[in-house]
Amino acid sequence: MAHLVNYIYIVSAALFILSLKWMNSPATARRGVFAGEIGMLMAITGTLLAHQVFNWQWILAAFLIGTAAGIPIAYIMPMTAVPQRTAMSHACGALAAALVGTAEYYRDPVQPKYVLVALIVETLLGFLTFTGSLMAMGKLQEVLPQRPITYPKQNFVNLGLFALAAALGVRIILVPTDMWMFPIFAALALLFGVLLIIPIGGADMPTVIALLNSYAGLSACAMGFVLDNKMLVIAGALDGSSGLILSIIMCKAMNRSFANVLFGAFGQIQKKSGPVEQRPVRSASPEEAASVLEAASSVIIVPGYGLAVAQAQHKIRELFDALTRRGVDVKFGIHPVAGRMPGHMNVLLAEADIPYDRLFEMDDINSEFPQCDVALVIGANDVTNPSAKTDKTSPIYGMPILEVDRARTPLYYMDKTLMLFGDAKAFVSEILKELPAAKAAA
Amino acid sequence: MPSNLELSLYVFMLATFVGLEVIRKVSPLLHTPLMSLTNAISAISVVGAILITGSQGATMLSKVLGFIAITAAVTNIVSGYLITDRMLKMFKRREGKR
Repeated sequence: MAHLVNYIYIVSAALFILSLKWMNSPATARRGVFAGEIGMLMAITGTLLAHQVFNWQWILAAFLIGTAAGIPIAYIMPMTAVPQRTAMSHACGALAAALVGTAEYYRDPVQPKYVLVALIVETLLGFLTFTGSLMAMGKLQEVLPQRPITYPKQNFVNLGLFALAAALGVRIILVPTDMWMFPIFAALALLFGVLLIIPIGGADMPTVIALLNSYAGLSACAMGFVLDNKMLVIAGALDGSSGLILSIIMCKAMNRSFANVLFGAFGQIQKKSGPVEQRPVRSASPEEAASVLEAASSVIIVPGYGLAVAQAQHKIRELFDALTRRGVDVKFGIHPVAGRMPGHMNVLLAEADIPYDRLFEMDDINSEFPQCDVALVIGANDVTNPSAKTDKTSPIYGMPILEVDRARTPLYYMDKTLMLFGDAKAFVSEILKELPAAKAAA
Repeated sequence: MPSNLELSLYVFMLATFVGLEVIRKVSPLLHTPLMSLTNAISAISVVGAILITGSQGATMLSKVLGFIAITAAVTNIVSGYLITDRMLKMFKRREGKR
C-alpha cells in the first residue's frame, strides 16, 4: 500500500493538470473542476490509507470544521465579494503551508541542508503571504483604508525588514539547532507581509491578489521539497505559475513593470499629478442617452467597477435585452483590470445572465470601436481615459485602454461625448424607461 | 541515481513549464474561476498537514499546528471547488440564437 500511494499521487497530479487544461474554455471548464475534485479525493484517501495515521480524532475534527466553514463560504458569498474570498483563501493556503513547515522544523531541526532551505522558503513565503493576504482582504472588504498607507523611508524599512528575516533564515539553515531563532524569524515574516501590502492602493489589488496567489503556490511547492512529495511540488508549481501569469497580465494592463511589482514599490506611483483640466462637459440626460442608443445599430458597453459598486449588473442585462430585441448589436468590451481581481467583471456579467460570447477582451474589441455607433462607458472612466495615450503627466500614462474615443458617439467625457452623471444603476434604469417610449414615438 | 533534490527540481521545472503553457491558454473570461480552482488544487498541502498531525509520537505542538493547517486547507478545498463550480454555472451562451 505504501508504494501504491505514489502511483495514486501520479494520477492525482495528472488530473490536476487536466483540470487546468479544461479551464481553457467555458464549455469544458466544469469538467475541469470535476477532475480537480477527483484528483484531490484520491490524494487524500490514498494518504490516509497508505500511511499509518495516528491522532484520528484531530484529523477528523479538522476535516469537519473545514468542511463546515467551506460550504457556507462557497454558497453565501456574493459575486462582488469573490475577490475578498480569494484573498482569504490565499491566506488560508499560505497559513497551512507555513504551519506545516513550522511543525516539521520543530519535529526535527537536523535535516539535510536542501530540506532546510526549502523549509525556510516555505515558512517565509507562507507567513508573509498569510498576513499580506489578510491585509488585501481587509482593503477589499473596506475594513482597512483603500488608499495607500505610506510613511517616509518605507521601501528602506521594508527591504531592511525582509533582509533581516532572510538573514535569520540563513542562520537557521546554517545552525538549525538554535531553535529560539525560529519564532523571531516567523514574526518578522508576518510583519513583513503586513508592511508589504499596506502601501498598495485599492486600484492595484488585481495585481496584488495574483501575486499573493503565486506566493501561496510557491510555498506549497516548497513544502513538496521538504516532505519529498512530488505531487505537492507539481500542484504548488501549477498554482505558482498561474499566479505568475495572471500578475504579468495585470501588470501589463496597468502598465507596470514586473520588477516594479515584485519589489512591492508600486504603491508609490499613486501621486497626484498636474492640475485637473477643466473642459466643458456636455451633460446629458437619460432621455438624450436613450435617443442616442435608439438610433444606434451597434453598441459597445464598457463596464467598470463603478457598475458593480452600484449593483447595476441586472439593469445592464435589461438594457442589453432591450437593445438586442431592437436588433442592435450589443457587445461588451472588458478591460483586464475592470473588476477587483483578474476576470472579475466577466463573472459579474455572467451572473447577470449576459451570454459570455458577447464579452470581449480589450485587444479583441479595440479595433471595433471605430465601426460602432455608441460606446457606453459605465463606471469605467480610467480604463477608457484617452489621456493614458496622450497626456504624459497623467498617472495612468501608457496604460492600455479601451479606445472608446474612436467610437462615433462615446457616451461620457470628451469634446464629442455626452457625460451622464449619477448613480449607474439609477441611470441605466432611467435609460431603460425612456427606450420603449422612444420606440412608441417612432 | 539522482538524489531526491535533483528529482524534485526536475519535477518542479517541468511542472512550471506545463503550468505556464496550460494557464496561458485559459480564456481571460475565466481568470477568476481559474484562480479559485488553482487555490483549491494547491490546498493539496493538506496531505502534508495530515502526515504531520497523524505521525506517531506527534508532539502537542505538531498536533495543534497540523490541526490548524488541515482546517485551513480543507476550508480552501471545499469552498474553492464549490465556488468555482458555482461561478462556472453562470457562464452561458446565448439561448436559442436567433
